[in-house]
Amino acid sequence: MYIVVVGGGRLGYYLTKALLDEGHEVLIIEKNATICENIVGEMGSVCVRGDGCETSTLAEVGTGRADMLIAVTGDDEDNLVACQVAKHKFNVPRTIARIRNPKNETIFKKLGIDVTVSSTNIILERIAEEVPTYPLTHLLTIRDRGLEIVQVTIPPEATTIGKTIRELSLPKESTLSLIIRKEHKPIIPKANTILQAEDQIIAVTTPELEETLRATLRGT
Amino acid sequence: MKVIIMGCGRVGARLAELLDADGHAVTILDTDAYSFRRLPPKFGGTALIGNGTNEEVLKRAGIEEADAFVAVTQGDNRNVMATQIAKHIFNVSKVVCRIYDPLRQELYSTLGLETFSPTTIFAQLLKEKIEN
Repeated sequence: MYIVVVGGGRLGYYLTKALLDEGHEVLIIEKNATICENIVGEMGSVCVRGDGCETSTLAEVGTGRADMLIAVTGDDEDNLVACQVAKHKFNVPRTIARIRNPKNETIFKKLGIDVTVSSTNIILERIAEEVPTYPLTHLLTIRDRGLEIVQVTIPPEATTIGKTIRELSLPKESTLSLIIRKEHKPIIPKANTILQAEDQIIAVTTPELEETLRATLRGT
Repeated sequence: MKVIIMGCGRVGARLAELLDADGHAVTILDTDAYSFRRLPPKFGGTALIGNGTNEEVLKRAGIEEADAFVAVTQGDNRNVMATQIAKHIFNVSKVVCRIYDPLRQELYSTLGLETFSPTTIFAQLLKEKIEN
């Protein structure tokens, strides 16, 4: 695949390395001359100096034949425009934008960007996973279906301990997929499975119901 | 009419002054409070510190009731993003966007955004001045 990367910062740099290792043809567009020279010095001629939002630069690097454009500069608006220009001027089939402000996720979607990756959200979630008392952790988002896979831990004080799953009246759109229990094999939850303290429950839910799911499982 | 102007540079401040004098309700946004020095002492509208690409700031500026939105910051991409938010998220009926880069301006105008490029307009103007 031919992939154009806009932005040669740390993210663009490591992304390009990884994509090159996978055997893709990659080209970085970077505004800053020094950064550009450093990349070329290290990886060969994979970096062109220029503005990735400018039609002329994108034409120069052959964006017309690109299979994908990934915009990973530090500015959300620059990433938006780079993706839109690639999509509408050069018909690039797939555009990916990095976003820093998590609130821009829905905006970018509405404005036609195929995929958005919110670096802030990812970091927040990873940190949250490391906080033992954190009530609900996002494991995966299945975007095209509007679903997500989450993990809920049952704390020792939960009022649901000793109850069966049938008794909990969980929201209909949420499904419990797995219970990971201390010193046991993971269990596929059934209606008569009894909740225990410190159970880690993996569930599929809609984002709207995640709060209800958390509250129902923990009894708070 | 309620108008939101993003960017209180020379053009933004001047436009705010003109619209305010005509009796429109003007809210002008800028990320730097120092820019508001350009507004005349008799300016009757609202000057608000904040970034117009931020939904919350736009809401605070009253975008949900706005009749028009104009983006005239120094950054083409910022203008493009804010204008698209105003048009596609908040359905503001009249949106205008300044884009210095003529090629980008052309693209976004074909995408249905009302845009103008001072570069193109001014160069044309100068050309006519010289040739006549």
